[in-house]
Amino acid sequence: MHKDLLRLIRGERAVRRHLAVCLAAAVLAGLLVLVQAEVLSGVLSGRFAPAALAVLALVVGVRALLGLVQGVAAGRTSTGVKTALRHRLLSRLRDLGPADLASRRSGELVTLAGRGLDALDPYLSGYLPAAAVAAVVPLAVLVRLFVADLTSAVIVLVTLPLIPLFGALVGMRTKEVTERQWRALARLGGHFLDVVRGLPTLRAFGRARYQAEVIGRVAQEHREATMRTLRVAFLSSLVLELAASLSLALVAVPVGLRLLSGSMELPTALLVLLLAPEAYLPLRTMGNKFHAAMEGVAAADEAFAVLDAQGRGTAVQDVPASPARSGAPEIRLENVTVRYPGRDEAALDDVSLTIAPGERVALVGESGAGKSTLLHLLLGFVAPDSGRVLIDGVALTGDDAWRARLAFVPQRPHLFATSVADNIRLGFPEATLDDVRRAAKAAHADEFVTALPEGYETALGERGANLSAGQRQRVALARAFCRPGTDLLLLDEPTARLDGRSEAAIVAATGELAEGRTAVIVAHRPAMIDLADRVIRLAEGRVVSAELIGESR
Amino acid sequence: MTDITGMTGIRDMRGRLALAISSGAAAELAGLGLIGSAAWLITRAAEHPPLAALSVAIVGVRAFATTKGVFRYGERLAGHDVALRAQATTRQRLYRALIPTGPRDRRGADLLSRMVDDTDAAQDLLVRCLLPACAALVTAIAAVTLGLFLLPAAALALLAGLLVAGVLIPLGTAAAARRWSARIAPARAELAARVADLVHGAADLAAYGAGGRALDACAEADARLGALERRQSRANAVAAALGTLTQGLTVLAVVWIAGGSQAGRVATAVLALVSLVAFEPVLPMAAAAERLTGVLAALRRLREVGATPPAVAEPAKPAPVPEGPPTVEIHDLVVRHGPGLPAALDGVSLTLTPGRRVALVGPSGAGKSTLLSALMRLVEPESGTVRLNGTDLGDLASDDVRRVMTGLTQDPYVFQTTLRDNLRLAGPEADQEELTEAVRRARLDRWVERTGWDTQLGEDGRTVSGGQLQRLALARALLNDPPVLLLDEPAESLDEPTADALMADLLDATRGRTTLLVTHRLRGLEGVDEIVVLENGAVAQRGTHEELVGTPGYYRDLWHSEALTAGR
Repeated sequence: MHKDLLRLIRGERAVRRHLAVCLAAAVLAGLLVLVQAEVLSGVLSGRFAPAALAVLALVVGVRALLGLVQGVAAGRTSTGVKTALRHRLLSRLRDLGPADLASRRSGELVTLAGRGLDALDPYLSGYLPAAAVAAVVPLAVLVRLFVADLTSAVIVLVTLPLIPLFGALVGMRTKEVTERQWRALARLGGHFLDVVRGLPTLRAFGRARYQAEVIGRVAQEHREATMRTLRVAFLSSLVLELAASLSLALVAVPVGLRLLSGSMELPTALLVLLLAPEAYLPLRTMGNKFHAAMEGVAAADEAFAVLDAQGRGTAVQDVPASPARSGAPEIRLENVTVRYPGRDEAALDDVSLTIAPGERVALVGESGAGKSTLLHLLLGFVAPDSGRVLIDGVALTGDDAWRARLAFVPQRPHLFATSVADNIRLGFPEATLDDVRRAAKAAHADEFVTALPEGYETALGERGANLSAGQRQRVALARAFCRPGTDLLLLDEPTARLDGRSEAAIVAATGELAEGRTAVIVAHRPAMIDLADRVIRLAEGRVVSAELIGESR
Repeated sequence: MTDITGMTGIRDMRGRLALAISSGAAAELAGLGLIGSAAWLITRAAEHPPLAALSVAIVGVRAFATTKGVFRYGERLAGHDVALRAQATTRQRLYRALIPTGPRDRRGADLLSRMVDDTDAAQDLLVRCLLPACAALVTAIAAVTLGLFLLPAAALALLAGLLVAGVLIPLGTAAAARRWSARIAPARAELAARVADLVHGAADLAAYGAGGRALDACAEADARLGALERRQSRANAVAAALGTLTQGLTVLAVVWIAGGSQAGRVATAVLALVSLVAFEPVLPMAAAAERLTGVLAALRRLREVGATPPAVAEPAKPAPVPEGPPTVEIHDLVVRHGPGLPAALDGVSLTLTPGRRVALVGPSGAGKSTLLSALMRLVEPESGTVRLNGTDLGDLASDDVRRVMTGLTQDPYVFQTTLRDNLRLAGPEADQEELTEAVRRARLDRWVERTGWDTQLGEDGRTVSGGQLQRLALARALLNDPPVLLLDEPAESLDEPTADALMADLLDATRGRTTLLVTHRLRGLEGVDEIVVLENGAVAQRGTHEELVGTPGYYRDLWHSEALTAGR
């Protein structure tokens, strides 16, 4: 069994119990097949009176009941494991922090924590019980066969290991090829999705129809390659099937001949005939569930890889916003250097600067110059590798108590799949609708929000209303306005994608928001830069100039 | 309407499908024959007949045992071959159905992924539903027929049992699957949305101390989904238990009936064991029926894609593309994106003569991009006309229209292929020199040098930033070099100095070329022949830069604000 999963299940009491019940029911039901064979052979050979059929009915009833118990327990095991794993995974993602998450493929993480874990179902509720049955029932059948008829038992004993043996041999031969093929299959799906997504671009350049042929050609090449692999890969199931059916023939024919010569009794013969296939069946069942189970194992591996990964982000704990503050802070950076793992050049290289209380600073520079890193540093999403950040002369904690003082508007704010009002009160859940509306008005957002179908209760997100880039920015600004007690404003290129008039609204709102706060604004556009008292230009992680706005003109 | 569900594709593969079905049925029949002949051999041998009387059964046992595996191997190979073909056909058809523009173009990436996932249904329909069902049917018929010869009353009992296990229980699981999927799908979507919020909104959550609440919301969604999944697994467990019960009780009934009718020990044993084994391919029908409901829903969704009328009607007999330098006349054009929505374009008139450059400016949502879509024949006008050298665009094949008018569109896409191929899709015949020139003019040359022409881009490859993507798309447009060049915000998401330089280059490079430029930067527009200001879908102002700067309105306001803040 998967090592990490086992550890997880051990730690979850309820899940452990459900799994135990599930496996026990499966094994018991498997063993009852022996009893069923015993009674049936007795009745068919005439050794037992027909009244023994009542016992058979009882056995069948109990088997059905155990099957029910197994199914229910299996369902509980899998949802239990998924819930536990999902919770750890999501807590971990949250703890990694935004800077670390941004360096990962976030789409894949979302899929893994959502639908991805469903791949565990076949492993937990199909493969594990089958494996437990395979570990117990063939042995029990063998013991019974040894007691009943030594010759048949020896035949089964000799042929039985052939199944895992051949399976392993063929498996080893084909493992690599098969895995490559499954990856190719996934890539093929990816290729198709890629083409479908890029269809508008293909259409614009008259290449849409041409791609239809490419899709067909790629699929055909893939099919031919897959079939070459499958011809070998399916050999393992051929061996399984042959071993099981040939062994039955190997048992049945000598038994018939011995009956003829009178050296064997009919009840024993029938019992052997009924029992022999039951020795092979569990192994075959397990084999059939193997592939689907491996997908579950792959999902588990992926999840535990995320759980075990080293993150550089500082742990994030929520502290409610507390309004009592000492006023707009002074920020001082002393020889700060920040490096991201896997990159040679420092994102911030020996940066020293001081931002006075209440000062408005515009950060400018090309992308990759270190502007966003500087914001992330102040947000506590990244920590300096060397140097220090002082807030009013005290080292920056970068924790939630610090973040409670911040109003932050990212370049592309995320709108959550909930109402507009809840999106605005993100940093202050206690806010009343009046508070929300006041914040929206200040952010020049009230007008378009009121025009939405359900006003402030309109749902946003993928299935919700579509807002333009400018409207999204204004919702994010309203978020900042709605949070009480903030005295440092951090903005990341808030007008990067906006038109002149949308920009004017954002600039006006930003000016109001900066009142009485220290403000650090990453800016591209002149109107935004114009708000600042001082422009700091960054290039390749260093401050190249810092000038008062009057001097730059 | 296009049939994209692959069923017609299956018709082309009738031979292969028949092979797969018959191998599968043969494998099951061999299994039935094996147990039947073995039971006959043993019970008959106990009556001590001459050895010759057993020889047929002995041969039978050995033959069935050998062939069963071989048939199974053949079934799996043929089945997968057919399934892969069906899937390929389905994908190709889905793609062809998506080529004409439609309302679905506005849908998100998630819906597209689901559509692509749905094409797997064609494969499942065959391998997991159709083939096993055929094998089960053949086995059941064979077992019941054998029973009819040996003991008709027992055969009826077997038939009843097989009907319950193969028809009634699967009907139940199918109904349950329909009911549960209707409840589970929204719960799953809810969980996915919460998880996406937690991951994609990580920065917002951390900055506003709301991560804990988002985590709680995930846990709640997970708990709701888990409860539904547990109830679904309970329903499936009931179906499985009923199957076991049916199998056992049927065998019991067969033995009981045979015992009462003095059918003889041989016939009884053969009947009992054949009945027992006949259920083996029938019991999985419960799970197959459950899967079938999912498959059918997927196929229905795909069929709806094929049935959606395209956004633009193609002419039955496309007119030939007009010769000569292109003149485009837009007259009183009205475009609406949906019934009940306000008009995106509300009576716009505009003329592009050969060599003339026109700039479109206006606030976001004014209809600039919609006008480009209408010129590329991606949307159908509600009224008004667009003529190319006197021919109405509606009389031309939309592909022909885009051969004349295309360029840099909104939301360009990077394909998961090399940088070179990403460019060449806009100019398949272009040589290296032309590629280099296009890249240079799009100010992408430094990045291309760093990245390399044969580097994989896209999801699995090197990530492309917004500014790089924009310039890549511009390079494509320049490489394609259409008679009428359309450029939608070419300087978007570039930093100020790069944007200025790019616009200067672009205005230089397009001199004397028929160009329609959508922009929100006014610097450099002194050089274009006409500037059209769109507001709320209508032309608010038009003229040269000099004229517009001298007239009160949007343009002058924007110009002053730009000039003021840039210190010019």
